Amino acid sequence: MAHGRVRAKVRRSSLYTFGCVRPPRDEAEGPHQIQGPGYSRIVYCNQPRLHQRKPLKYSYNYISTTKYNVITFIPKAIFEQFRRVANVYFLLAAILSLTPVTPFLPVSMISPLAFVVGLSMAKEAMEDWRRFVQDMKVNLRKAITHKGNGEFSCKPWLKIQVGDVVKVEKDQFFPADLFFLSSSYEDGICYVETMNLDGETNLKVKRALEVTLPLNDDDSFKNFTGTIRCEDPNPNLYTFVGNLELNNQVYPLDPSQILLRDSKLRNTSYVYGVVIFTGHDSKVMQNATKSPSKRSRIEKQMDKIIYILFTLLVFISVISSIGFAVKTKDQMPDWWYLPPDDGHLYDPSHANLSGFYHLITALILYGYLIPISLYVSIELVKVLQAKFINKDIHMYDEETGTPAQARTSNLNEELGQVDTILSDKTGTLTCNQMDFIKCSIAGTAYGLSASEVEVAAAKQMAMDLDGQDPEFPGNFSRRNSTEVLLKNKRPSFGPSEIELENISTPMGVKHQKPVIKGFNFEDNRIMNGNWSREPFADLILLFFRILAVCHTAIPELNDETGGYDYEAESPDERAFLVAAREFGFEYCKRSQTSIYVRECHPSSREIVEREFKILNLLDFTSKRKRMSVIVRDENGKIFLLCKGADSIIFDRLSKSGRIFEEATMKHLNEYGEAGLRTLALAYKKLEEAEYTAWSEEFLKAKTSIGGDRELILDKLSDMMERDLFLIGATAVEDKLQKGVPQCIDKLAQAGLKFWVLTGDKMETAINIGYACSLLRQGMRQICISANIDIMAQDSKKLLKENILMQITVASQMVKLEKDPHAAFALIIDGKALAYALENDMKTHFLKLAVNCASVICCRVSPKQKALVTRLVKEGTGKITLAIGDGANDVGMIQEADIGIGISGVEGMQAVMASDFSIAQFRFLERLLVVHGHWCYKRIAQMICYFFYKNIAFGLTLFYFEAFTGFSGQSVYDDWYMLLFNVVLTSWPVISLGVFEQDVSSEVCLQFPALYQQGPKNLFFDWYRIIGWMGNGLYSSLVIFFVNIIIFYDQAFRSEGQTADMAAVGTTMFTCIIWAVNCQIALIMSHFTWIQHFLVWGSVVTWYIFLFLYGLISPVYSGNDFKILEEALGPAPLYWLTTLLVPVACNLPYLAHISFQRAFNPMDHHVIQEIKYYKKDKEDRSMWRRELSKARQETKIGFSARVDASIRQLKLRLQRRYSSSTPRISMSLT
Amino acid sequence: MASEERSSLSAGVESHRAPVPVHQFKQQNLPACKPVLTPAWVITTYFLIGVLFIPIGFISLRASMGVVEIVDRYDTECVPNSYKSDKVAYVKDMSVSKNCTRYLKVKKRMKAPIYVYYELDNYYQNHRRYVKSRNEQQLLHGLRYNSTSSCRPLELNKGLPIVPCGLVAWSLFNDSYSFSRGAEKLNVNRKNIAWQSDRDHKFGKKVHPFNFQNGTLIGGGKLDSRIPLSDQEDLIVWMRTAALPSFRKLYGRIEEDLDEDDVVIVNLLNNYNTYSFGGKKKIVLSTSSWLGGRNNFLGMTYILVGASSMFIALVFLLLHKLSWARQ
Repeated sequence: MAHGRVRAKVRRSSLYTFGCVRPPRDEAEGPHQIQGPGYSRIVYCNQPRLHQRKPLKYSYNYISTTKYNVITFIPKAIFEQFRRVANVYFLLAAILSLTPVTPFLPVSMISPLAFVVGLSMAKEAMEDWRRFVQDMKVNLRKAITHKGNGEFSCKPWLKIQVGDVVKVEKDQFFPADLFFLSSSYEDGICYVETMNLDGETNLKVKRALEVTLPLNDDDSFKNFTGTIRCEDPNPNLYTFVGNLELNNQVYPLDPSQILLRDSKLRNTSYVYGVVIFTGHDSKVMQNATKSPSKRSRIEKQMDKIIYILFTLLVFISVISSIGFAVKTKDQMPDWWYLPPDDGHLYDPSHANLSGFYHLITALILYGYLIPISLYVSIELVKVLQAKFINKDIHMYDEETGTPAQARTSNLNEELGQVDTILSDKTGTLTCNQMDFIKCSIAGTAYGLSASEVEVAAAKQMAMDLDGQDPEFPGNFSRRNSTEVLLKNKRPSFGPSEIELENISTPMGVKHQKPVIKGFNFEDNRIMNGNWSREPFADLILLFFRILAVCHTAIPELNDETGGYDYEAESPDERAFLVAAREFGFEYCKRSQTSIYVRECHPSSREIVEREFKILNLLDFTSKRKRMSVIVRDENGKIFLLCKGADSIIFDRLSKSGRIFEEATMKHLNEYGEAGLRTLALAYKKLEEAEYTAWSEEFLKAKTSIGGDRELILDKLSDMMERDLFLIGATAVEDKLQKGVPQCIDKLAQAGLKFWVLTGDKMETAINIGYACSLLRQGMRQICISANIDIMAQDSKKLLKENILMQITVASQMVKLEKDPHAAFALIIDGKALAYALENDMKTHFLKLAVNCASVICCRVSPKQKALVTRLVKEGTGKITLAIGDGANDVGMIQEADIGIGISGVEGMQAVMASDFSIAQFRFLERLLVVHGHWCYKRIAQMICYFFYKNIAFGLTLFYFEAFTGFSGQSVYDDWYMLLFNVVLTSWPVISLGVFEQDVSSEVCLQFPALYQQGPKNLFFDWYRIIGWMGNGLYSSLVIFFVNIIIFYDQAFRSEGQTADMAAVGTTMFTCIIWAVNCQIALIMSHFTWIQHFLVWGSVVTWYIFLFLYGLISPVYSGNDFKILEEALGPAPLYWLTTLLVPVACNLPYLAHISFQRAFNPMDHHVIQEIKYYKKDKEDRSMWRRELSKARQETKIGFSARVDASIRQLKLRLQRRYSSSTPRISMSLT
Repeated sequence: MASEERSSLSAGVESHRAPVPVHQFKQQNLPACKPVLTPAWVITTYFLIGVLFIPIGFISLRASMGVVEIVDRYDTECVPNSYKSDKVAYVKDMSVSKNCTRYLKVKKRMKAPIYVYYELDNYYQNHRRYVKSRNEQQLLHGLRYNSTSSCRPLELNKGLPIVPCGLVAWSLFNDSYSFSRGAEKLNVNRKNIAWQSDRDHKFGKKVHPFNFQNGTLIGGGKLDSRIPLSDQEDLIVWMRTAALPSFRKLYGRIEEDLDEDDVVIVNLLNNYNTYSFGGKKKIVLSTSSWLGGRNNFLGMTYILVGASSMFIALVFLLLHKLSWARQ
């Protein structure tokens, strides 16, 4: 421990009633029968040397997750590249370009392909290198291993062998799968955190065999040997079968002696273990699934377009080759100037064969329809976009110093099309840090601090009322939030000010005292010992005692502060203990049988250490939802102290114990509404005899053997926890991460649906739902849960029917609801979900779920998370995004269309599996609404434009064919064609893909409804794609025919020269360059100098190229020698043509977009215009109107909550005055 | 149209390390001009296009109209009646005189220089096989360069290389024209009809035709092996392959004015075989304007584009006013 804490040594096993009781080993049980296939592994403990030779040579502890190695890289990466259909086509074209059928120079086919493939391979190599570095980081971690003679030394993980004895210290990861020998605890238990395996944050207890317990110091390993025979490596995390042979005795092993790689030792100073499975044999590596490679929808749609273009290509190629065959057969014999060839390429007597050869020629020639540079450009653009995402300072977390990271760049545009967000809760929405904030004791509510939710809601309401409806008095203020409300009564700046960025420190004024982790309570009535003056002081005393006594935590003295810290299984428990400490009831020591609490009594002002004898401890389980201790105080009185979920406790109250039920209930509701986690506290006084009777029975049950042991224990504890007296309730705030409610609110306004999938209890999940405004008062909650009582084997069918019925009833209810503002929330628990996800039910479930404003699934396993994600993804066909931070979210992150990992906290599993990683949840807003929106539009426009330009260019080649007897001659020089895609038109389109912004980032955030353009796919639907193709067709026609007719047979200069093919081709090409570059300038709406430079620079480059090309020897430039300088440059016709054609090409598009903007504007048009006219500054009311329009109608989030409140108020007012008109909340789309 | 906008946001989070432009670049916050297609701007643009294009159209049209052109198709007329049914035999028969006389009436005064063109039709000079069948190296360096496989089948003859090789040279146009006005002979200047650069750099000054048209396959015209290629201007012109199967090539210039109603007598040798593939042969006399030959299309298109642009401007204006009024 860093702070040198002193831990009281305690046999932890005695603390637990159920979990840790070691059942007496039944001798007859005997060792496992280990033989046959699947159970061949033999491990000689402490004799790793024996494992260096076959057949016992198992793999080293080296892991590698790379795709390639030095030798396999070239063949494998090339194979990967040519799995793309387009690349295969280009490869074939390149090979064929070496044969006489080619219409081009081979270099013009091979060099772009080499460039494209080379670039992609370089990217692959880079990524693989990064993986290698990451692997090595893990491989080179140090572990303490036994060298021999009882000496231990450090060794890198990768050198660890099967049979090695390893010592692992606190908070270290296990380097391999270990057989647990002994720990720092006498009774050989240790705690492990399996966060990286299953995402569960609670600690798990592992137990060593009794025979190995003596091996608990370094020296004892001098002569230790043993043999383990066990199962072969397998991915099953929760089973293990094996035997230990020690001193000629055989002992069976079970999973509780196995420490798995990648889990962490917690709360235990050290453990010793023998390595059983190393490297890829270890269970976690066996579990590792290759992350699926994801492709965005746009890219998939693009493939379809490529198929269309390919069809078009084949179609026009066939036309060409038929035309060629006909011409060759019928006319070529007459063309004396083309005597028959010695090959078959132009043989009239074998016209069909020639036609076939020509088909190949044509396929290569028209290859320009399928832009080879498209893939490489898109790849480049996405990498640059990703760079921008990484660099965004607004997504940079200053606390941890982590920027956002786009780990795969091929999903950028998908970020702009998300429809449903599936979120983990712990660590994602919340910090998993609990603060004791309020309590209700004996019917009185204490605690003045406002929860984040209250503050935020009050602020929002104040704003809305302030800004919009001055006639309403601001009497929404609840207790405690009045001051916040008043504080914010600034002059109105419109709702755009509701950024609420300071929300994390709303109590800034109060925070002058040192912040105590886990405690955020403020009420002088019971603080500083003042509680003794309250009316029910004795109950308050009991309340604090329950907090201090009823738990399973262990205190640790912190030398630095002199106070105690607590290591508890759950953060709630820790918060209670901290609270008790602050109230003057410091839990300080735990012995085998007692708990010692230092009580500071206000009357005497002195500290008394009291002992509470723990007679029994009835553990907390998710099923019981309560925990009790039975204690005997110093006066010998026996109490049962109980804390638990309110519903459970309220059921168990005695008649006399219900005095405060009503008041407490009210408070609990308030706390729930405020987003707090609540527990009810109760107690019961026991008579000696009553207890003794029960205790005997309990002890009997505890030591009994048999399957129904648990059941009996359950029943017995249930009997005990009855007739309780309610004292009060606690409210703990699971601190939301910074900005979460605001972010959810914005995302809701952007029209996103929100599902929360959590491993937590239903109550917790609901509380958090309130806290992040996913739930609100007045929302109809539909709870679907599997009734636990009917859990017998044959009732599975019954249960299923029951759940189906619940779902159908709920669906009916939703369907019959008339109120358009009614919002439903679906809350389903893991067991019910297991049934709901079955094939025959999932459609019903999904149908219900999509009709609900928010969905919360509790108690879900990692597998279920993935299944739910798949269901949403496949069932709705919309794009899903999963966000999470733990290893339990990996499945869902990989399953969703986009997976986002929260980085900056412990455990990198989620981040490693994710496509994007952000440091905090709130950055999601910017990632989606700004970057997603931009990237979507950029990529969509870029692809459309790409097809446009290649159709416009490629078709001119085809038209020209018709005039050359379909011979495969192109009107352009080979070099023009080569440069077209690589230099002359690619840079502008890249700048469009990287820099285009329809509106600035601030506007994106102000008008979240703009985001809907993505999910609705307004910019890449078939209308638009076909429109662009049509535009390309039109342009190609104009470019070709206008040029041909102008240059057809007449002189093009005053000196009388007629145009040859080079002159016509060059002019036509100039027109194309101008037309496509002007077109892209029309698409762009955001010109920095970069765009100007690249667009106009491309045009200039063309002229420069033409000039330079004309300068090199005619041996290479052929007929283009000095073409600009001598032939075209001085000809006015050339310049007039290049003015006319691009204008004629772009006029219809310009007309289209200006008519659309003027008479049928899209959202971003309107916003651009507002910005342009500076209406946001001049016309406040209009600005505000637009802003409110820009909110997607939403049923979750603050805004919805505020809207609902306002609606209610309005109704009330309407009834009073019966004149007011309801506000019409409009939505843009 | 453009509004310069510099976002104020960047100021707040200015990174201390990076200089401002780099920071702005990284945050995608560079100053940018964001043109918005406002109605006023659109209407003005269209209007300006109209205002610019219509006059250009009229000027071009005027230039084109000023060009006087005489076109005469002679391939059918110049075949003696006895050969009318088998024109190919006529053109192939070396014993028959190919002389032919045409009378061209000048309808409008033509100012010198008057360009003489021959026009061929249905002639695929742009056929890929034909276009490729030449060798630039050989044209420049002559016999010194001998890898001329692209010229096949006219690469070698009797084992000796052909200069200039290839189908293009081999099929050289070889009709010849001489002009007179009444008794007065009109001189045709056949110099400087090819591009200067072609003569200087593309066709060798020391390269003489060799072994040309000596084989069994006889194509078009023959070349005087005493004259270097750089001076064989008709060859140079011919080797600039045309883009379309119907094309004109410059034959020479008449550097005298022709008056209205003059009759130009053309004595021609109808050597070139267009009969096998049914191509037309025409002789063209044409003056030129600053834009070149007679071509109304450019002017018309300019007017059309300008007019439609005006029309769009008007429609837009009207709709805009209407919607404004409604509001």
